[in-house]
Amino acid sequence: MQPASPSPSGRALRAIVRKDVTVALSSKAVSVPFVMVPLIVMVGLPLLLALLAPRTAAGMGQLADQLETLSPDLVARVSGLDPDQQAVVLGLVYLLAPLFLIVPLMVASVLAADSFAGEKERGTLEALVYSPISDRDLMLAKMLSAWLPAVVVGCICFVVYCVTANVAAWPTMGRVFMPTTMWLVLLVWVMPAAAAVGLGTSVIVSSRVRTFQEAYQLGGVVVLPIVALMIGQVTGLMYFSAWLVVLLGLVLWLAAAALLWLGARSLRRTELIARL
Amino acid sequence: MVRSSSRDAPVVAAAGLTRRFGEKVAVDGLDLVVGRGEVLALLGHNGAGKTTTIRMLAGILTPTAGSARVFGLSPFADGPAVRSRLGVLPEKHALEERLTARQNLRYYADLYGYTRERVDGRIAEMLTRFGLTDAADRKVGGFSKGMKQRLALARALQHEPELLFLDEPTSGLDPVASREVTASLREQSAGEGRTVVLCTHDLGLAQAVCDRVAVMRSGAVVAIGTPAELAGRLPGRLIVEVGLGEGKRALESVRAAFPDAAVELAPVGDELTIDHLPAGSAPRVVALLVGSELSVYRVEPVRATLQDVYFSIYGEGG
Repeated sequence: MQPASPSPSGRALRAIVRKDVTVALSSKAVSVPFVMVPLIVMVGLPLLLALLAPRTAAGMGQLADQLETLSPDLVARVSGLDPDQQAVVLGLVYLLAPLFLIVPLMVASVLAADSFAGEKERGTLEALVYSPISDRDLMLAKMLSAWLPAVVVGCICFVVYCVTANVAAWPTMGRVFMPTTMWLVLLVWVMPAAAAVGLGTSVIVSSRVRTFQEAYQLGGVVVLPIVALMIGQVTGLMYFSAWLVVLLGLVLWLAAAALLWLGARSLRRTELIARL
Repeated sequence: MVRSSSRDAPVVAAAGLTRRFGEKVAVDGLDLVVGRGEVLALLGHNGAGKTTTIRMLAGILTPTAGSARVFGLSPFADGPAVRSRLGVLPEKHALEERLTARQNLRYYADLYGYTRERVDGRIAEMLTRFGLTDAADRKVGGFSKGMKQRLALARALQHEPELLFLDEPTSGLDPVASREVTASLREQSAGEGRTVVLCTHDLGLAQAVCDRVAVMRSGAVVAIGTPAELAGRLPGRLIVEVGLGEGKRALESVRAAFPDAAVELAPVGDELTIDHLPAGSAPRVVALLVGSELSVYRVEPVRATLQDVYFSIYGEGG
């Protein structure tokens, strides 16, 4: 075999991303949450909410009353709808919006845990660091192998969620109501940032633990802010307006940049070899 | 076949190479030159600095002091260029056990950036050469230790490196697998003319395949040379069989005449083992015994082995 070029970075990057994803998905510890979490969050919950919303419209109406006192803008948005439709829109458009972020966070976090801590645990890092790939490309490839699939899965989940919500709520809504502008901002601006936060957290955690399981469990703390956002919406403290989502994306990008800057040190070849 | 460049330039040259981990000195002022096509073994106990030396020469660990050139390049400044011409077999095979043998080889072929055209053919060639064709599409997790080691060796060789770093290539292998690896190494050095630096505890392997050996202790090379040169530096051993019941007298005579020699009488039979004799002393020992009216049935000079050299440095207890 003869070298294709002195700088084999493009093929090497693709090879690492492909290998990391293949290896990760061949493990049940990775593949099960990889499939189950999006299925529950993006299909199960909207289906349940869309089907139950009309029956619990009165209860959801109370939620609307609560929001009315705190958010005139939200009230204005649902005021022209009947109570059943209000329940559907409040549930599917606003209440579940933060949960959408769990998917890229979880996928990036699990893949990064397997890519870093998992590879360290399996003892496969040493052969990789002896390869001619540069430190910069190695770092980039390892980050992409977690971030890229998370964004792809996020996009697929977005489509699945919109289809599920529109189909399941059709009897109540009688029209296509998803995606809204806020959800599009969520997809384009916030979801990739959430994936980067999941990645950054996992890189830092993985550099301090020895096994995939430890990294996976410790990395799970990244979903806590999402839970806080959910609670914030349910209690009427805030709601996911397009502007709030833009701001949320900015905060997440800044957090991701800080985490990745801190974590990048641990991805240098000399650091990787020192931890073997 | 390996590529050729300036024929006389050493492939590896290290001067004063030092690496400290905190207070611990892993490699201590190492000077080493390895010529093109040479097979050099780094011998030494665990922690002697062998693996750290290889890591520095591959440019994945920066030295605390000293310098190194590999193919005339700095492995620290020109790491990717140096590593693209290196093949490395780490101590732990470092194979991805969730992938098949073929996927493992393809992954590393891609990392080395080789053209698609010959990849499939080359992978098939390596699988055949290392007897893994039937297992090519099986996951590596189900392989025996010997199969994994052969696959790791195939991975190290598939891009036709000019220089091979092998860290404990026969570690943990059964005798059959160990013999297969030894045969492969002979082929690499004699058949392919490849430069090989191997770290090993396997003195038999070093004696069998290496042009030179360097014995490391506490991070420094304490002896270097061909196995014969190193063995020749040790005083020889002489085994002498005398007449029935004459062993004790023979022992006393030799001890008296050669006070610096270590003489032992075998518990059974009348056989003396004489160590630390000055070179060329065998005729004097025979003359002494015959002059003492003892019957000499057998005189067998025994050359020192690499094992003797190793134990003379590390001591019998290590």
